[in-house]
Amino acid sequence: MSNVLVVAEHLHGKFPKTTLIAIAAGKALAGKTGGKAIAAVLGTGVDGLAAELASYGVDVVAVEGAQFEHYLADAYTGALAEILGSKGCATALATSTALGKDLMPRLAARLDAAFVADVSGIESADTFIRPMWAGNLFATVKVEGTPRVLTIRGTAFDAATKGGQGAVEKASVGAAGKMKFVEFLETKSDRPVLTEASIVCSGGRGLKSGDNFKTVLEPLCDALGAAMGASRAAVDAGFVPNDLQVGQTGKVVAPALYFAVGISGAIQHLAGMKDSKVIVAINKDEEAPIFQVADYGLVGDLFKAVPELTEEVKKLKAG
Amino acid sequence: MKILVTVKRVPDVETQLKPNAEGTDFVRDNIKWVVNPFDEIAIEEALRVKEKNAGSEVVLVSIGPKTAQEQLRTGLAMGADRAILVVADENLESLAVAKVIAKLVEQEKPEIVLMGKQAVDYDMGAAGQMLAELLGWPQATFASKVELGGGEAKVTREVDGGLETVACPLPAIVTADLRLNEPRYASLPGIMKARKKELKEIPVADLGIATAPKAKIVKLETPPKRQAGKKVGTVQELVQLLHDEAKVI
Repeated sequence: MSNVLVVAEHLHGKFPKTTLIAIAAGKALAGKTGGKAIAAVLGTGVDGLAAELASYGVDVVAVEGAQFEHYLADAYTGALAEILGSKGCATALATSTALGKDLMPRLAARLDAAFVADVSGIESADTFIRPMWAGNLFATVKVEGTPRVLTIRGTAFDAATKGGQGAVEKASVGAAGKMKFVEFLETKSDRPVLTEASIVCSGGRGLKSGDNFKTVLEPLCDALGAAMGASRAAVDAGFVPNDLQVGQTGKVVAPALYFAVGISGAIQHLAGMKDSKVIVAINKDEEAPIFQVADYGLVGDLFKAVPELTEEVKKLKAG
Repeated sequence: MKILVTVKRVPDVETQLKPNAEGTDFVRDNIKWVVNPFDEIAIEEALRVKEKNAGSEVVLVSIGPKTAQEQLRTGLAMGADRAILVVADENLESLAVAKVIAKLVEQEKPEIVLMGKQAVDYDMGAAGQMLAELLGWPQATFASKVELGGGEAKVTREVDGGLETVACPLPAIVTADLRLNEPRYASLPGIMKARKKELKEIPVADLGIATAPKAKIVKLETPPKRQAGKKVGTVQELVQLLHDEAKVI
């Protein structure tokens, strides 16, 4: 019963980095529970995905079924509960993506399991560290008994690398749910994914409009090869889509370099970016709290500074 | 339509919470308490559904200390019809909360339960999904739009990479994200009326639910503070430092 089940989320026939992080965390935890990590992949036409997963050195359970073509919480919960039981897994984990956050608490309730959200550190098989209160408190949580269900904070673990060869087992699962998928309106972008990028440029209310995100911030993103993010204020104001939101209730990122442009630095925004390696703040208000966490602060008009910065970066890259 | 809405008493988001001496929880004295911001959005959504569907009833539920009456009164002042407070001295973990609410759902038989997507104190974001599973109901979390009709809830959800829409036959659980609506303020007449609305208290022990935690906080700490770095005068200086000193571009 000491195996660890990892939920392998996929999109467009690929595994995002967040899935590779879950595999690495699953292997690390299995090392402490004395079992092995087993990855579950659900969907239609998942043979290729299953083979790829196995190349990360984990055993794979591949579940093929029309009811799993789109992720739906109730059907997935039923399927994973079946797999957990049949594979001797006392622990299940997924990264804290929208899917992981939606699914894992439901799975915990199905199993009457302990649930720990957003694990940022694994102390032992039953003891985990997690942030709360927008990352201003860190709790060490000890779990009593099994089963255990976890979500893993993506920024706290490295992605798994290929190596070893796991076995692939096809499983047929009867679970179905009441929920129906209607549609997915994907935000199209040629830029790196926010949670995977090594550089992130985020804009706040200081950018004043959605147009300014396009004409001022996007050129900087493109010059740097950066992903674009935003503060909650900018998303609430309708400047950019919700999936760009960085913060306690949005995405948590920790890139090598983070630009906060026209962002004051509310507690809930800091919760989503303060683990970045280097933080740069550009803001006209020198009292803005963002400067208290920034490694480099530039007090000034962003509408002048950002285009200049874009030009300087281009020069540097060309040189 | 009968709508159940959950309301949690949480510290105001600007509060600097401190760990207690034992490191098992945060210090609860001398704090300004508010309605969890996501729950306010859930209350607002319930009121909008009520306004569109004559004869609807909005019932608020909270689990917490007796003082959580204040947060329930706030919701009643916004326009909810009545409230239930399950009095529990200890802070219950998400699954215990879900079990308590499931019990109330059995009694109240709402067609929809609206909740915040997470409480901002413990940031677990779990009770809604757990409640859905305990009841065997569909769940639509992180909702930014809810359309009710034809015996189902069509819900647009804020997910990674875009917006997803799912259809959930009622009864169902919906958890509110930030963009679902802009909560109203309680009006003065609303506040006056709220004082007379029913607020029933039930001791948690009366519900006969095992609420012992499956996970316990054994240490609680504030993380090391990030130090402020240097201010730069020009864009050229910034680029040079990022290149030569930080070596990130």
